[in-house]
Amino acid sequence: MFAKLQPTLDLLVKRLNQGKMPYIVSIAGLLLTTLWVYLSPRSLPAFLVFLAMAGLIYYFKIEPKVKLVIGLVVAFIVIPIIGARNIFYLEVLFQISVFAALALGLNIVVGFTGLLNLGYVAFYAVGAYLWAFFGSQQIFLLHEIPGTAPPGTPFLLPGDMFYLFILLGIIVAAVTGLLLGLPVLRVRGDYLAIVTLGFGEVIRQLANNLDKPLNFTNGPQGITPVQRPTLPAELINVVNRILTPIVGQPVSEGQFYNILFYIIALLVAVLVIVVTLRLDDSKIGRAWTAIREDEVAAVAMGIPAVKMKLAAFAVGASFAGAMGVLMAASRTFVSPESFNFMQSIGVLSMVILGGIGSIPGVVLGAAVVVVLNLQVLQGLSLYLAQLRQSDAVIPIINFAWKDLSNQLDPAKYQRLLFGLILILMMIYRPAGLIPAERRKRELKEAGENNGNGDNGENNDAEVAHE
Amino acid sequence: MRQIYESPVLRELLRPLGQIAVFVTTTGAIFSLAMLLLGLLLRGSAADQLLQQQNNLNIFAFTLTNLPQVLVDGITLGFVYAAIALGYTMVYGVLEFINFAHSEIFAIGAFVGVEILIALEGAGQLSNIPIWLAYVFLILAVLAGMAAAGGMAMLVEATAYRPLRNAPRLVPLISAIGVSFFLQDAIRFTESITTGQFHRIIPTFGNFDQRVSLVKLPLAGVVTDINIQIKSIVVIVAAVLMLVGLNYLVNATKVGKAIRAVAQDQPTASLMGINVNLIISLTFLVGGSLGGAAGVLYALKFTRIDPFVGFFPGIKAFTAAVLGGIGNLTGALLGGIVLGMLESFAGAYLSAFTMGAAGAEYKDIIAFAILILVLIFRPSGLLGEQVGQKA
Repeated sequence: MFAKLQPTLDLLVKRLNQGKMPYIVSIAGLLLTTLWVYLSPRSLPAFLVFLAMAGLIYYFKIEPKVKLVIGLVVAFIVIPIIGARNIFYLEVLFQISVFAALALGLNIVVGFTGLLNLGYVAFYAVGAYLWAFFGSQQIFLLHEIPGTAPPGTPFLLPGDMFYLFILLGIIVAAVTGLLLGLPVLRVRGDYLAIVTLGFGEVIRQLANNLDKPLNFTNGPQGITPVQRPTLPAELINVVNRILTPIVGQPVSEGQFYNILFYIIALLVAVLVIVVTLRLDDSKIGRAWTAIREDEVAAVAMGIPAVKMKLAAFAVGASFAGAMGVLMAASRTFVSPESFNFMQSIGVLSMVILGGIGSIPGVVLGAAVVVVLNLQVLQGLSLYLAQLRQSDAVIPIINFAWKDLSNQLDPAKYQRLLFGLILILMMIYRPAGLIPAERRKRELKEAGENNGNGDNGENNDAEVAHE
Repeated sequence: MRQIYESPVLRELLRPLGQIAVFVTTTGAIFSLAMLLLGLLLRGSAADQLLQQQNNLNIFAFTLTNLPQVLVDGITLGFVYAAIALGYTMVYGVLEFINFAHSEIFAIGAFVGVEILIALEGAGQLSNIPIWLAYVFLILAVLAGMAAAGGMAMLVEATAYRPLRNAPRLVPLISAIGVSFFLQDAIRFTESITTGQFHRIIPTFGNFDQRVSLVKLPLAGVVTDINIQIKSIVVIVAAVLMLVGLNYLVNATKVGKAIRAVAQDQPTASLMGINVNLIISLTFLVGGSLGGAAGVLYALKFTRIDPFVGFFPGIKAFTAAVLGGIGNLTGALLGGIVLGMLESFAGAYLSAFTMGAAGAEYKDIIAFAILILVLIFRPSGLLGEQVGQKA
């Protein structure tokens, strides 16, 4: 069936991508979906279709300048407006941006250089705790018991230092990456994965336990309040005068903060994408690929393997550091539990889902996982909660929904999601949803060389040691 | 020297027992001496004065009086780690692959065993029963845990690892991490659906919670009663049985020979008429069922389990396997005992020696630090041969 469908689909895509068609389709599509989201601000499908439409523009044959303009309009005008009508959309987009940057950072280490890092979230923690420590009252609480801040404790730095600390977060996380990389890069392959896992856990445990002898991190309670950058009241008033009639209600200060953090996260994410794209095409990027494919050969070709691996660790870590600072400020709270092993695997599953080494793939992976996490799983939770309150009964087995255990909360089943993504992708589509260009070429060549003989049953006795 | 043992069967049964005895006594002695020395050196320090104020004991007496109990705890913990580590090390020995999901296999064993005991308790079978029946029930629970865990390990191998056997090394590892996460939530889901809660507590029955007094020693002027919980004895005996049994299986039977052959060279083993797939399945079955038994024992010792119970014991058992030399059964035993002792000593003394600045909560960090240091500086472990690193 799919064989027949494929040519028709190809033809359709070709038609859509000729002449003026892509312009009309994308702009009309965007307008329609925007209208849909605007009119039904609580509708999940509307938002997903809108996101997909915005993402599809990337694939249309449109002049780059026009694409850029469309992108800017969508990102800075359309989304803040629909986000002000339903603040949850901004949260989704904020998280997509944050995790896209994290996944791109991990992608440099795992995808480009081929080093499996299972403790990536440690760098994120470093960034978050950096701003949490300096951007809160913590420095005056070093001798206090966690959770007992005397009233009137001053803040060390003004909230606007946050912007500076994004830069500092990049530097500090990169240095942490170097410090970790120096000893760790002696080990390879699966041992490296375990060492980095251990490192990630050590950082989390330190955050958990450094509330004595000096109270640096407040222990398991976490640090709060962490300052946010200030938003001048005049600015809010001016923007509100324009926004209120469009949004339909006055936009509150909290919502302005959501918009602000969404925009900062988006800017950082775009910067990260540009940096990653440039790196991939650079000499460094090719050196990373060479190391991934065959380290011995790469060294023989004169590539300084240790330096390049350290660079990969540092660059990957720096993205996470910046996003950590951002996360600490937007949540005004950090605690060790946000940086557990599951988070590292979550980011890994984004990279694997999208396509190892593929930049658009990784961004897509981050978007899909965040949407699944925030919208689908939580949507299921809400739906189950409704079912529990209703008198509905599962027909055949005669099971009343209200007898369903309260412990069953799909929103908490992220591990199931990550686990399934990892297993299924590894077995059925190891190159990811959007395979990296280079990898695609390799697969194609391999397919041409082997014909279709390789697809048969593998002889189990035949062991391919790398 | 080896000629002393006439029959290979007897030799393979006696050798691990001897190794266990040697490892336990030497690690115990080394740790105790080091601690006593530290206690002596720290006399008169600030830590000493603090202890004198609080407990009216000087630091050396404090070290000495606590020592026997710490040793007993360390040995118990060490055997639990060793039993889990066997599963990691067997799979690594055969496939050179870190079975990341082993910690969840362990958790499945624990849950099946505990659920059976809870069901028995619910049926009123666990109260006022003779001692022997309590042991029968415990053995039943352990066997059920072994069967479930072993079966699950085989299933996982067949579905998630076998299709990837010829892929680059990191691919099956990522799949194994996926399996690990999937199983955690699968356990949680099953428990939530069936019992409405996913924290389970093993019922109290039999005489496992009683303490047996081993000996009364006059240490540093204080007569100290050194005792051990019966469940600790059960854990140690069961772990020793598993270690000896596995050693026998691998080194003295035909199946064991096949396992070793596959570990050495899969194509050649296959040419010799060994069914490689079957042997690999069997390896997972054996490793998994040992993990399952360890899970039930863990539940018996620490009473409370949840779906994520496997992570820390799993990673520590892996540390133990690496510390001893991964792929090496004896190494897993040694690594487990060393790690158990270390953890027990850290838990008991770290707080007193650092005047409360760092306490028992640092024992996880210590385990991870050891893992990192061993992997970086001696990836072959204490007993392993130098193996070339394969990326």
